[in-house]
Amino acid sequence: MNPNDIEAIRLIIRRAKRWDAFFGLLGILSLMVGILTLVALFVDMAVDGFARIDYKFLTNFPSRRAEDAGILSAWVGTVLVMIVTVVAAVPLGVAAGVYLEEYAPKNWVTDIIEINVNNLAGVPSIVYGLLALGLFVHFFKFGESILSAGMALALLILPVVIVATRESIRAIPQMIREGSYACGATTWQTVKDHILPYSSAGILTGVIIGMARAIGETAPVITIGALTFIAFLPPAPFTGDPPTGPFDWLFAPFTVMPIQMFNWTSRPEAAFLVNAAAAGLVLVVMTVAMNALAIWIRYRLRKNILW
Amino acid sequence: MTTTISDRLRKKSSRHRKERFIEFILFGAALISVFTTAAIVFILIKESVVFFQSVPITDFLFDTQWTPLFDDAHFGIIVLLSGTITSSMVALAIAIPLGTIIAIYLSEFAPFRVREAVKPFLELLEGVPTIVYGYFALVFVTPLLQKIYPDLPGFNLLSAGLVMGVMIIPYVASLSEDAMKAVPMSLREGSYAMGATRLQTALRVVMPAATSGIASAYILATSRAVGETMVVAVAAGMQPNLTFNPLEPGATITSYIVQVAMGDLPHGSIGYQTIFAAGLTLFLLTLAFNLIGYYMRKKFREVY
Amino acid sequence: MVISMTKPLNVSTPTAGAEELTVKAECRNFNFHYGDFHALKNINMAVYQNKVTALIGPSGCGKSTLLRSFNRMHDLYPGNRYQGEIVMHPDDTNLLAKEVDPIEVRMRISMVFQKPNPFPKSVFENVAYSLRVRGMTNRSEIEGRVEEALKGAALWDEVKDRLNDLGANLSGGQQQRLCIARALASDPEILLFDEPTSALDPIATASIEELVTELKEKVTILIVTHNMQQAARISDFTAYMYLGELIEFGLTDQVFIKPQKKQTEDYITGRFG
Repeated sequence: MNPNDIEAIRLIIRRAKRWDAFFGLLGILSLMVGILTLVALFVDMAVDGFARIDYKFLTNFPSRRAEDAGILSAWVGTVLVMIVTVVAAVPLGVAAGVYLEEYAPKNWVTDIIEINVNNLAGVPSIVYGLLALGLFVHFFKFGESILSAGMALALLILPVVIVATRESIRAIPQMIREGSYACGATTWQTVKDHILPYSSAGILTGVIIGMARAIGETAPVITIGALTFIAFLPPAPFTGDPPTGPFDWLFAPFTVMPIQMFNWTSRPEAAFLVNAAAAGLVLVVMTVAMNALAIWIRYRLRKNILW
Repeated sequence: MTTTISDRLRKKSSRHRKERFIEFILFGAALISVFTTAAIVFILIKESVVFFQSVPITDFLFDTQWTPLFDDAHFGIIVLLSGTITSSMVALAIAIPLGTIIAIYLSEFAPFRVREAVKPFLELLEGVPTIVYGYFALVFVTPLLQKIYPDLPGFNLLSAGLVMGVMIIPYVASLSEDAMKAVPMSLREGSYAMGATRLQTALRVVMPAATSGIASAYILATSRAVGETMVVAVAAGMQPNLTFNPLEPGATITSYIVQVAMGDLPHGSIGYQTIFAAGLTLFLLTLAFNLIGYYMRKKFREVY
Repeated sequence: MVISMTKPLNVSTPTAGAEELTVKAECRNFNFHYGDFHALKNINMAVYQNKVTALIGPSGCGKSTLLRSFNRMHDLYPGNRYQGEIVMHPDDTNLLAKEVDPIEVRMRISMVFQKPNPFPKSVFENVAYSLRVRGMTNRSEIEGRVEEALKGAALWDEVKDRLNDLGANLSGGQQQRLCIARALASDPEILLFDEPTSALDPIATASIEELVTELKEKVTILIVTHNMQQAARISDFTAYMYLGELIEFGLTDQVFIKPQKKQTEDYITGRFG
């Protein structure tokens, strides 16, 4: 190989490496677009809204006067709707996940179920709102209520719970299952004593992430007919006279945090935009806190698991 | 010697019954997903059928106005579709290039620590509630754009599209990265062994190998953009407007449904039915995208 | 000698001294298919009570497949088919019959796996699990049985102060003895070992081998091993398998010193496999 050839090769390599470096830069710039957006979003809301958050803001009802308005009915509504969502989505989702991983035979029925779960994950959230409107509000006559909203959101996050359950269960090594069966355990005993306990961290993480998503959903809840101006609280759960008193809260009109923010954003007065920023800040903090909680729980509960 | 069955080994029927019962319950839970899809289809079609009894389908598809609540009602879905298409195109113009670049960068270039540090940010980007993004588009992005282009109306599809695009970047990035990770190391090693750089390997070996996985990611991202509601509802105004110009305000299928739902909807009125007809259109669109994307991803997985 | 079966031609007659041999279980014309693959061909074999029977042979010969048929492990996976019988004595039950519940089979026949697989639970709970699935709830009874099982597995002295520690925190050899204790807790009639020492170091291996020799006083043992020296050391009877067939069966001493088939001799002398 004569020196000219080596020089030529080195030139080619240098040029290729320059493109490499350029692309590395491009990658970082692309990432910066996302990160800067996030930062701008957060800072903008904080600048406008942080000062607005005080005890009164958190405990007042909405009002026509921006300075007096608060998010009490909104966050209470969010909490109540979340209770319904979790009670509905978690047992259904975990049960479905367990069935698909531990019981389901490989036939066309199982295939159809899996296709459906996959498809439902991609259905726009507003379609869930339409479903709930037709099915829960009108057909089952639950009305424009916390129950309808909770059920709609439960169906929305059901695929998230199912997938999280399946992936956590799949991580369990086959040897553990065989060990359990070899001891004479039935399928349900193996699920109850081994599969569920060992996958609980992953399942819980998935549930919390699903909940964080549900908290921020506006479209399905508006479609059901959640009102945007609620100046009262639903009756407290499980108070009230039997036989139906304890459950009155499920059928009460209500609002949720994202809808309150939407309502304020739609008002032209600048003061309401400040309120919207404050509400948005609370909402984002709630979402981030839940994601962080999910990560922490996964870390704690996985300490004894060695796979 | 004949084989007799001892009592001990006869199936304990009570235990067996309990196991079958539990399996039945779990199966029922799994079937809920099928029922949900069936319910969605049923409800959308049921209400749309009534709608199409008063509005001919040709009008629905070809009319160029959408004014369902006026006395002189028009029901041209193309108006809403134009808003959907315009905002989605803007969004995808951002999300696809940036998302792909990020995917290639994270998969082929970034050191482990950068990847671990970046992942939470991307998850956060995806996790912010869409109403917050809508607020951001209206209050921050639009005024910013107006500094560049002062004639930009306060409600416009461009702001909404841009913010939607950034919001979808993590979705494109993670799906594409998954596709690229599935390409075996041996292919990359073959390329590196010939003296190729990381970029050359990424563009000439990894991406072609991951093509159907990446294409599926784009298609699923499209479905996501089409189905997005709150960002457009807040930032693009909710005035139905037949346009493909992002510098104008407009309504999408999704923001129209929200607008109508916020008013009072007597059950059975024509207004009530329009949202189901629009919803059906939306569902069919996203269903098509989802199925195509899903099958492409499955086909891709089979190869590797 | 008391042998209650007729022997087909490829099984060498055990001609040991005046020992009483009872058949605990036997395979009769046992065939097994994985899907279309004919994995076990016409196995006829006796497993003698309170003796150690070793299954040896090159990789893929079907020894683990045969072992796992005894406790119906193949039922866990779709596409498997049993033909013929595996009959357990003294009740003459065919373990493979459709009417027979695999759960019950596994309560009579326990298994120790190749890689120790303790549950992510405490030492105590690992051993107690076999008892719990039978519905035992009496705390003192469970404690008694757990202690007995751990003693039987020669592990009690090492863990008696650490019963609530995680099973996975034990060393490799201890984990395997924990799995043996777990298998013993249910008082099984047959104990199946699937290459129990291949994942262990030589010292742990030696302690397991010693344990197996002690355990046969109480339990019938069927062990799969790819280590011929191990088979020669600890087993009373040896079955040599190749490509799904039982080539030779007999007293270990005879099979190793004076094998009747050339294939057996080739394998044992290391000419192949």
